[in-house]
Amino acid sequence: MINFVLLISRQGKVRLTKWYSPYTQKERTKIIRELSGLILTRGPKLCNFVEWRGYKVIYRRYASLYFCMCIDADDNELEVLEIIHHFVEILDRYFGSVCELDLIFNFHKAYYILDEILIAGELQESSKKNVARLIAAQACNPHIWLTYLFVFA
Amino acid sequence: MASTPPAPAVAPSLVDTLFQRSLNDLVKSLRADPSAAGEAAAVARALSEIHREIRAPDAATKSVALQKLAYLSSLHFAPVGSHPLAFAAIELLASPHLPHKHLAYLAASLSLHPASLSLLPLATHQLHKDLSPSAGAAHQQHVSALAFQLLASPAATAAPDLPVHLAHDLVQHLARGSPRAIAAAARVIAASPSAAVPVLFKPLAACLASPDPRASTAAAAAFCDLSAPPADATPFLPLAPDLYNLLTTSRSNWALIKVLKVFARLAPLEPRLAARIVDPVCQLLTRSSAMSLTFECIRTVLTALPAHDAAVRLAIGKAKEFIAAADDPNLRYLGLLALGMLGPAYASTVNDCRDAIAKSLGDADTNIRQEALHLIMGMVNENNVVDIAGMLISHVAKSDPEFANDILGAVLAACGHNVYEMVVDFDWYVSLLADMARTLHCAQGDEIGRQLVDVGLRVQDARPELVRSARTLLIDPALLGNHFLFPVLSAAAWISGEYVDLTKDPVELVEALLQPRTSLLPISVRAVYIHAVFKVITWCFSVYVGRLGDSGMAMDVMFDRLAPDQTVSLDSNVALGSGEEQDIGASTVRKDPFSHESILYMIDLIQTTVGPLINCNEVEVQERAHNLIGFVHLVREIQELNKRKVADGDEPSRLKELVKTMRTVFCQELGPVSVNAQMKVAPPDGLILNENLVELAGMVSEDDTTPSTSIFFYPCSRHSVDTRDEPAVSIGSSSLSEHRKRHGLFYLQTGKTEDEPNDYPQANDSLPSSSNNSVINDDKSKTAELVFAGKKSTATKSRPKVVKLDTEDFLSSVMPSANVPKEDPLSGALRDVLLGSDAKALSSQRASDINLEGMLNKTSSNESSSHLIENLGSYPASRSSRTTSKQQNDDKEKGTNPRESDGKEPRKHRSSGRSGHRQGKHKHREKSSTQPDTIPQASVIQDFLL
Repeated sequence: MINFVLLISRQGKVRLTKWYSPYTQKERTKIIRELSGLILTRGPKLCNFVEWRGYKVIYRRYASLYFCMCIDADDNELEVLEIIHHFVEILDRYFGSVCELDLIFNFHKAYYILDEILIAGELQESSKKNVARLIAAQACNPHIWLTYLFVFA
Repeated sequence: MASTPPAPAVAPSLVDTLFQRSLNDLVKSLRADPSAAGEAAAVARALSEIHREIRAPDAATKSVALQKLAYLSSLHFAPVGSHPLAFAAIELLASPHLPHKHLAYLAASLSLHPASLSLLPLATHQLHKDLSPSAGAAHQQHVSALAFQLLASPAATAAPDLPVHLAHDLVQHLARGSPRAIAAAARVIAASPSAAVPVLFKPLAACLASPDPRASTAAAAAFCDLSAPPADATPFLPLAPDLYNLLTTSRSNWALIKVLKVFARLAPLEPRLAARIVDPVCQLLTRSSAMSLTFECIRTVLTALPAHDAAVRLAIGKAKEFIAAADDPNLRYLGLLALGMLGPAYASTVNDCRDAIAKSLGDADTNIRQEALHLIMGMVNENNVVDIAGMLISHVAKSDPEFANDILGAVLAACGHNVYEMVVDFDWYVSLLADMARTLHCAQGDEIGRQLVDVGLRVQDARPELVRSARTLLIDPALLGNHFLFPVLSAAAWISGEYVDLTKDPVELVEALLQPRTSLLPISVRAVYIHAVFKVITWCFSVYVGRLGDSGMAMDVMFDRLAPDQTVSLDSNVALGSGEEQDIGASTVRKDPFSHESILYMIDLIQTTVGPLINCNEVEVQERAHNLIGFVHLVREIQELNKRKVADGDEPSRLKELVKTMRTVFCQELGPVSVNAQMKVAPPDGLILNENLVELAGMVSEDDTTPSTSIFFYPCSRHSVDTRDEPAVSIGSSSLSEHRKRHGLFYLQTGKTEDEPNDYPQANDSLPSSSNNSVINDDKSKTAELVFAGKKSTATKSRPKVVKLDTEDFLSSVMPSANVPKEDPLSGALRDVLLGSDAKALSSQRASDINLEGMLNKTSSNESSSHLIENLGSYPASRSSRTTSKQQNDDKEKGTNPRESDGKEPRKHRSSGRSGHRQGKHKHREKSSTQPDTIPQASVIQDFLL
């Protein structure tokens, strides 16, 4: 099971966090600090797994963003790499060649997409088409558009 | 927009609502000033805004405020009081507008954590409503999806009563096969099994057989989560048919991976299961093109189906393909990981790919290197330890410091395991230890030093090589600058002092121990150095005096016969009598370390270098220096002795006696003692430590110069010095003198020390000029030595005896030779004091009887163990002056329960020898591994299934 998902920029800024296991605020800060130190320093040709406190952190870098997922020791590393890629592909499809700024300014949408893909630390929607359809359905909801028009007006 | 005017009133005005900053504005303002201070200010300002806005009656304003707050709390970890966020979120949960609801659920799942659960029960009703089908409307699916999201979040599962209340609402969604409901149900079951299992387990199990692949995948994932290691997998055994069905029919790799994981946990519980699943797993293994699934198959086979040989071979073949993947470090890492899962039965198969694994030691990736090291250490055995250790040490030089020390640590741990059970050739091991100490990044000095001393104590046959290695360590002045090596040098000094009778050139040894750079050593190590010099000089004296007594004039004759070999030494020999040109060439000195002038040379050296240390303000060094100088003063008359030759018989005999006494102080052999030895001694009846300790004060103050040491020694008889005295082959001066020649500048000008006594001849530093001859000799003897060493290592020889504690053969070997007095005066006196004045009537013999009785009750091997106890209790006082900083802690008994080890263990060992150890260890391991299996959850689920 995935314990948490972190998106960290190359400069060490956190772009998205999602916790599937209970952690206190203090622990969260500490984890992010530790993992940024561990992952951001790794060279390009190394493997995508980091052993960390008896867990494994699977990370992958896309442009300036590191996508990190922490899993239990006996989980399948390659599967999680595929999940990361799956997530990125859906983000890409949704935002149209996604970049870091998209995630910064649409942080809640990134969360919605992640929530469509992962629930309770397990992959729950493996079809890109389905996720796109669900997100689009929410986005096309007239209520949503009305609200956004109202709020952003 | 950024300049929103501060609101005058507490209640938000219409203006506030109209000009509210959106999330976009907030993000922009945060990015405007990327410095930490600017960001903190922006966050603080935004928070105060949010706190005002979030109380707005208008849902839109509230939701935007909530969105901003969620953003801040999730990414900036702003010290958001969780209450405003949580309460607003729960207010908005009830909103009829889907986006508001969506936001509210997002905020709730983001910001609720176990510490802020107080408000969660408020949400229970809303969740209940959102989950019920009667809500109707087009968005029902979305709404319930949001509710599942919150239910599956860690905060909700940590709330005690939420799952209990909502479990029934989940059932209908499970029946529809909603993947989110399945995930939420798994979390609910995990959170409160007792309440949720009766309601949810059956519908969840039904989802496994669902025709909808999404539902079955989700269900497989759910059961994979629920059966994860801390939990007991037994309750899931009845699901095996459904899972098997999924395994053979599913085409989703996601589902197959989860199913394989569950089977890997179930197979050890049900023997028939392994035979059933081995075929489908092998098919998947050969067929699948997805690496994740292939790896999962490999893992399943290697961990759960070790009995199926064909499958294991197939998996190993795949794992080797992984390792060979040149372009993908992930696969290389996983391949190594897979081989690491293999049991000892396939050690030879792992051995086949040793080259590939060894290549991985040089990988750029730390993970891969670590895994490779782990694998290599796993295949070490008695036969290949020499090869593997040699290969690893050659890798040390190429590795970065951290990994180099990992390698060294692994080699030390493997070789030192269970009292060096893997090491056959101790000469090799000792030189390996010395090599390790000299590697570039070595930071394992503590362990190397400890093992050097430990090998010395335990393995008698290794001592000559130990002394040789210690010499090479001591004479290298470069090593003195490396603070990681201080423990090693300390051990080397101790060894060369303790086993000085095996040394070939004591003069050189004294020079090495007193070289100027020793001032770089820490106090504790310097004290060891000085003490080692003490031992060396004592021994040299005793040999010298022994010869003097034996042969009298004959010695001079012998000496003359030696001298003509070199003209230089002849000259100096002739000139010996005259005081002003006591030019003792180094070559002469080295010809015979026990000659008169060698001794004089050493005394000179000691006086000039150790003399100043008498004023050292560190007590340890000061005390040793005092001891040494005091001894030197005592034997000063050796000078006159030589002049007068054997004029009168009284003087030499007095001197002889003195030297002999000193020699006996050091001649008892030290051996290892169990760290738990103290615990084995049963306290005598009537001993109340707290009350009687006061009476010890007098004794302690008398003799508290003895520092408490962590090593305990006991004496056992050592055969006399002479029998072991090898013919001292002069290997001549060495790299030390070469070094001195090269860097003479840095050496102290001997003889210019001010506090040197006037009546004593000046020391000479004629070494550089006159050592020509000896250097040539040196090279010859060195090559000879090399050849000799090479021959020695190639020759096959049997493993020397390693002293182990508590083993029968050791005890029986000690018993006949141990002529230890039954009662030692010191321990007797201690016991008397401890037992109090009224117990003084009891003889100390009686006290030991009590001990013996106690032991008799516990063990049948009373005799040997009581002997051991006697040994422990009675180490002589003369020995207590020895100190060493080495911690001796690798006794076999370390970590075992003292109660178990006092007598029952030896019996087991006696019956089964060495394998007995392993059995014992296995037992411990099994015990510890079976304990955590019992969890309260298991029985509940089991009942339900039945």
